[in-house]
Amino acid sequence: MKSETTAQVPHSVFWRTTEFRSIVYQIVALAAVVAFGWWIVDNTMANLAKRGISSGFGFLMPPTEARLPIGETTAIPLLRGGFLYVVLALAFGWIASILLTRWGRGHGHAAGEDLRIQAGVVGLVFLLPMLVLYATRGDFQTVLYDETKPYLIAVLTGVMNTIKISFVGCVLATVVGLVIGIARLSSNWLVARLSEAYVETFRNIPLLLQMLFWYSLVLNTLPPVRQSIRLFGIGELNNRGVYLPNPISQGPAPHFLLSVGVAILAIYVYSRFTKRHQERTGEQLPLLYPSLGVLIVLPGLAWLVLGTPFQFEFPVLKGFNFQGGLVLSPEFFSVLVALVIYTGAFIAEIVRSGIQAVTKGQREAASAVGLRTGLVMRLVVLPQALRVIVPPLTSQFLNLTKNSSLAVAIGYPELVSVGGTVLNQSGQAIEIILIWMMVYLTFSLLISLFMNWYNAKVKLVER
Amino acid sequence: MRIETGQSLQPFQFDAPRLARAALRWMRQNLFNSWFNSLLTVLALAIIYEVVSGLASWGLFNAALFHFADGTISFGRDACEGATGACWAFVVSNWYLFFFGTYPYDERWRPLLAFGAIIVLGLVSIHPRARKSWWVRGPFLASPVWVLLMVRGVGVLDMQLVDSANWGGLMLSLILGTIGIVASFPIGILLALGRRSKKMPIIKALCVVYIEVIRGVPLITVLFMSSVVLPLFLPEGFNLDKVLRAQVGIIFFSGAYLAEVVRGGLQAIPNGQEEAAHALGLNYARTMGFIVLPQALRIMIPSLVSGAIGLFKDTSLVGIIGLIDFLAIAQLSTGNPTWIGRNVEAYVFIAAVYWLFCFNMSRYSMRLEGRLKTGHA
Repeated sequence: MKSETTAQVPHSVFWRTTEFRSIVYQIVALAAVVAFGWWIVDNTMANLAKRGISSGFGFLMPPTEARLPIGETTAIPLLRGGFLYVVLALAFGWIASILLTRWGRGHGHAAGEDLRIQAGVVGLVFLLPMLVLYATRGDFQTVLYDETKPYLIAVLTGVMNTIKISFVGCVLATVVGLVIGIARLSSNWLVARLSEAYVETFRNIPLLLQMLFWYSLVLNTLPPVRQSIRLFGIGELNNRGVYLPNPISQGPAPHFLLSVGVAILAIYVYSRFTKRHQERTGEQLPLLYPSLGVLIVLPGLAWLVLGTPFQFEFPVLKGFNFQGGLVLSPEFFSVLVALVIYTGAFIAEIVRSGIQAVTKGQREAASAVGLRTGLVMRLVVLPQALRVIVPPLTSQFLNLTKNSSLAVAIGYPELVSVGGTVLNQSGQAIEIILIWMMVYLTFSLLISLFMNWYNAKVKLVER
Repeated sequence: MRIETGQSLQPFQFDAPRLARAALRWMRQNLFNSWFNSLLTVLALAIIYEVVSGLASWGLFNAALFHFADGTISFGRDACEGATGACWAFVVSNWYLFFFGTYPYDERWRPLLAFGAIIVLGLVSIHPRARKSWWVRGPFLASPVWVLLMVRGVGVLDMQLVDSANWGGLMLSLILGTIGIVASFPIGILLALGRRSKKMPIIKALCVVYIEVIRGVPLITVLFMSSVVLPLFLPEGFNLDKVLRAQVGIIFFSGAYLAEVVRGGLQAIPNGQEEAAHALGLNYARTMGFIVLPQALRIMIPSLVSGAIGLFKDTSLVGIIGLIDFLAIAQLSTGNPTWIGRNVEAYVFIAAVYWLFCFNMSRYSMRLEGRLKTGHA
């Protein structure tokens, strides 16, 4: 009895509990952050007032003219008319397809198996926006930058250029990474070593250095305009860029493109149908020839009935430079090459480790069932490897998008480069940096969203 | 590659026909085992020939290194007259610029001594007992301070004060990189612990927002911010110099990335460790400091090294905001009328140096990874 009373645990007072302490710590931290923020804002206000700089985003708007040259302009679609309808259709199709698959799952139609639901998803996500695009094609309004336009249009042009180079870069880097990554695991000793050398070389050299290198190589070694190199008789290559024939759309072009799109969607639905048919009955329906047939016959008919959809405009030497045609500037070219080579090396490593993560037993079992090497890769290894590959691939896409900002060093007019010029001209440093950060954060968010959606899809197919 | 020798008990004899047969068999198995692989082999050989012969004829056979006349060797411009390939004399005659920038020539012993001391510390810490001694740890952790003092100069020893505007070249890149890594370490650990906190949602939210915002934007915007906007944030008369501003930007940027590395390491430690430490009566700081973090740090060494490689490569961006780092020396040295147009040589040389650093670091981390794997089973 006595020992029980003396061995009583000392009553913990309220300020010694973890709950109380964590509340105190949080209040202190929050107060510190708020005080720090207030101090910064206060200092900034004082500094800006002393330098006579007014804050706010008003400087972007019409009365001021940008008056800065931008080498490569890209048309900016306005969010009204056709573009608005297409965006709305995309959003509607996306949400409706998600609801449709949910509904299907709730009623016992798994999306992977029920063909009607799959066809519905394809129709909503692809066919609907395509038809809206077709129907509203005459109603697209764009604005193209020139020096009388306000800063806002200049900055938006930079955003468009960033989107352009990041998109092309991501696609090409994935192709390069996939090829090199698979080649690193090739049974051919020489090919495996060669791809290893590629990865180890380009991964360990700063990207900015690679960009500057390609740029100076292009400027130093390619000939001037007069002695430009002919590319297969249709293009020109010189130190002002690559000139390629430009397809100019004629009257029937939209109908032709629509027929191509419909053909591709039809082939996709049909291929899912044959796959399901094979899974159910074991019977293989012909896939290749019907698909090729549809792909040739439908656009071919459109071509025959409606006439030639495109006419090529060739670059012609006029005066001191080539006129017409599709031009890839040396800046765009060097930034793209550096981004693709550098990111491709990282993606190759991701692909390699993804493939290696699939256990050997899977491959052996697939061979034992009698699949050929190519089929083992396509049907057994890659679908499983994709699960490992997609998350780090996402961060590589994000890296590529962020790294495109290094183009400021060689003057490709993307967001940071245009923004930097605006910053120097207007002195609105804080606003410009806020714009940069907001735009890149939005890109990161959008790419993450898309890749998460794709990742979920890969998992769903995989199960 | 293993060559089967049949009777392996016999002492090795040089048997040319057998070796040739083995080599042929190896080639058949590894290079020509199908028509597709044979095609690839031929293609690979063609690529290797193109690249190697192109590089060799540019960098070796047609290159110029020095000019020899009247019994003296010179590395001036006349060395490269008539050379169709690379002009390495340019690199030789600009070596000081590449490594030290515009740092005073007579004071070059100071950065050299500082880096030498760091290398000595690194070599000493290979020994496991030395690594645990505070005589090694202390100077190592304090290295940012004394390296900066050595390079900048202090009152004692009659050292000349060198303004940071004159720091440049590889020296500046190494300073920015090493200090960036060392100084962002505590930030990264604190952010990671904050992000994992379960009881303090406000602190967790602050850490998440910081980490995700910094990781979502390119380094160059952070550098612009620290070089253009930071002076606006600070009160009147409080001036940070250009190098320090860039350094601050790099530290805060890499802190966010490091936090994610640390978080990955912390996640790999089973909960039981933390619970056991609590059961023993250790408080939070001791649990983390003595039990969880030491184990987590060991796991994340490989990703720490690859983060360090990334950071070192990223220091090349400071050239864009006007510092004269290793890469920016390319523009500086070729701006000299004597060496105009030698950009490619400069880039190739700089790339080779960067590559040596980064490749060896990555090999080191791979070795560590292998060792950790055997240790953990």
